[in-house]
Amino acid sequence: MLETVVVPLLKIAVLLNAVLVAVTFLVLMERKVIAWAQSRLGPMRVGPYGILQAIADPIKLILKEDITPAKADKYVFTLAPIMSLVPALVVFAVVPFGPDPLYYVSDINVGLLFIISVTSIGVYGIILGGWASNSKYPLLASLRASAQLISYEIAVTMTLVSVILTTGTLSLVGIVEAQREGGLWFAFVQPVALMLVFIGGLAETNRAPFDLPEAETELTGGFHTEYSGMRFSLFFLAEYANMIVISAIVVIMFFGGWLAPFPNVPALAFLGFLPPWVWFIGKIFLFLYVFIWIRATLPRYRYDQLMGLGWKVLIPIAIGNLVVTGILKVAF
Amino acid sequence: MTLEAPRTSTTQFDTDELVINMGPQHPSTHGVLRVVLKLDGERVIDADCVIGYIHRGIEKLSENRDWTQIILLTDRMDYVAAATNNLGYCQTVEKLMQIEVPRRARYLRTVLAELQRIASHCLWLGTHAMDIGAMTVLLYAFREREFVLDLFEEFCGARLTYNAMRIGGLPLDIPPGWDKKVLSFCELMEGKLNDYEMLLTNNRIWLKRTRDVGVIGAEEAIGLGLCGPPLRGSGVPRDLRKDEPYAAYDEMEFNVPLGTRGDTYDRYLIRMDEFRESIRIIRQAVEGLPEGPIMGKVPRLIKPPAGETYHAIESPKGELGYFIVSDGKSTNPYRFRVRPPSFCNLQGLKRLVTGHLVADVVALIGTIDIVLGEVDR
Repeated sequence: MLETVVVPLLKIAVLLNAVLVAVTFLVLMERKVIAWAQSRLGPMRVGPYGILQAIADPIKLILKEDITPAKADKYVFTLAPIMSLVPALVVFAVVPFGPDPLYYVSDINVGLLFIISVTSIGVYGIILGGWASNSKYPLLASLRASAQLISYEIAVTMTLVSVILTTGTLSLVGIVEAQREGGLWFAFVQPVALMLVFIGGLAETNRAPFDLPEAETELTGGFHTEYSGMRFSLFFLAEYANMIVISAIVVIMFFGGWLAPFPNVPALAFLGFLPPWVWFIGKIFLFLYVFIWIRATLPRYRYDQLMGLGWKVLIPIAIGNLVVTGILKVAF
Repeated sequence: MTLEAPRTSTTQFDTDELVINMGPQHPSTHGVLRVVLKLDGERVIDADCVIGYIHRGIEKLSENRDWTQIILLTDRMDYVAAATNNLGYCQTVEKLMQIEVPRRARYLRTVLAELQRIASHCLWLGTHAMDIGAMTVLLYAFREREFVLDLFEEFCGARLTYNAMRIGGLPLDIPPGWDKKVLSFCELMEGKLNDYEMLLTNNRIWLKRTRDVGVIGAEEAIGLGLCGPPLRGSGVPRDLRKDEPYAAYDEMEFNVPLGTRGDTYDRYLIRMDEFRESIRIIRQAVEGLPEGPIMGKVPRLIKPPAGETYHAIESPKGELGYFIVSDGKSTNPYRFRVRPPSFCNLQGLKRLVTGHLVADVVALIGTIDIVLGEVDR
């Protein structure tokens, strides 16, 4: 009873809260990092250096009036933000923060498949949200979102398959263990795959330069134009939770998850003094920083160019990578 | 139960055009422009500009103000380039009254007009890049624009609507040390221009978004009455500073950058080059600044002789012309008419956006560099 119900429930409670708190601070981090890139200060008023902005923002959003447009489909309009957020949180059930069972909720043997399938549900939230708003800008945005997510998902999944070929397991714990045993992070074994997954990840989370579904200078906010208050912030939370998920996938698949850098070099063994989960979270935040850095630097792709990049560049490279990996796997 | 008539075509889906209303409350229409877009999917098949949301009747108002008061009203047309508006108006009245402007005043007017061009182009660059999604450039460009505004503030006390010129010259001489500050700003700006170009000029996404977008040929550009950078982007060497020199431009050395393809990227490159040419002109004007009075001989009561005149200058956005009729009896104009570059360039928007995607519409509104205060007046 204790082992099967209470402990997992406690773990889930801790994890969910941790993720949601991390998301609010990620928003603050984004605002700060972009501000520094743009030679500004960012939020400075709430708490020292604006630290408490992360708490002030959710409070403001919760207290705001929640408007449902008169012509909107009320049920779907309410359902959409939930459908968007829940999958983003459910994914964390299989993300291992460390080698010990204490650090993850569950280690299922098809963990990667689970992540891929669950994250794809999230796009329904965006599509339905834009559709149910019964408004033109959100409709355009949700059409863009569906096309974009489908095309990039193919490339990302195909690339992940080539990593699975090298590990022979779908379990996330198993993938990290394989990197420990190999003594080499897969980033060095599969550099092409790393680039593909990262670019695809940017597109799947609607981040710049692929933030077309919410391009505010074109579509005035995109699919969440008609949303306000807490329902809007659910979309917001989902986007940032998805950023963490993509970072976590990149770290687990290519950067050795919770492992300290270069586990095969004895001289660097002292790096193990930090607990594994600190390494894991540190690496995740490194990639989140890259996400934000890219947003501060690059202009936005156009819709047709984005589709062209997905279908004409990323998918062929992904297939090629898969084939080469397969050949090398059989040959050696 | 009745049977429906069979469809005439079995292969074609029923598709409707989507009419979408962009503006007047839209983040990237640069004010209160409203564009009614007809879309086929994401492709624009027709666009109609609806203007007039910020019409203040400046032309009619001017007919009831005396000649000096009108300078104030011209500030409020293109409010990001107020000094050039002042310049155009003052020169028109001077032309009508045949007032000789002292050389020092003409040099200082040139400096102010070129500083204003830099400030206006900074705003254009920032918003244009922001519309295409490069948000950092906006903040960088505004940072440098702030230095120009500081210089103007030191010169005349205002930061946006300067009222910086008078008929016959300038109201104030420059404060001591101002010329040094202008020169050091020129140096700073040159470095910052390289920063902007590093972020955009060779950026592949920027190239993809601007190359071959909104292509317009020389003949068509002339036919539409485009002026300024959009016209020069199509390779037409028309710059009033060269063609009909005013102020001190005949004594300055500068080039007129021209485009070859007439697309958004060419117009971007032209404006980036114009930054540098402006810096060059400012340097020459400040270093060769002559001594002397700053006001010409102007009668106390300004009352131009009966007659009419048209005079145009090259504002940052294109040909800014003033047509003034004086009846020779009253102290206010009989008729006051402005030929605003933004209004004329906006004519080209429909032609530019047709056939492009929704995302290009914002890029093209940015590339023609309109200010709605000037379009509506």
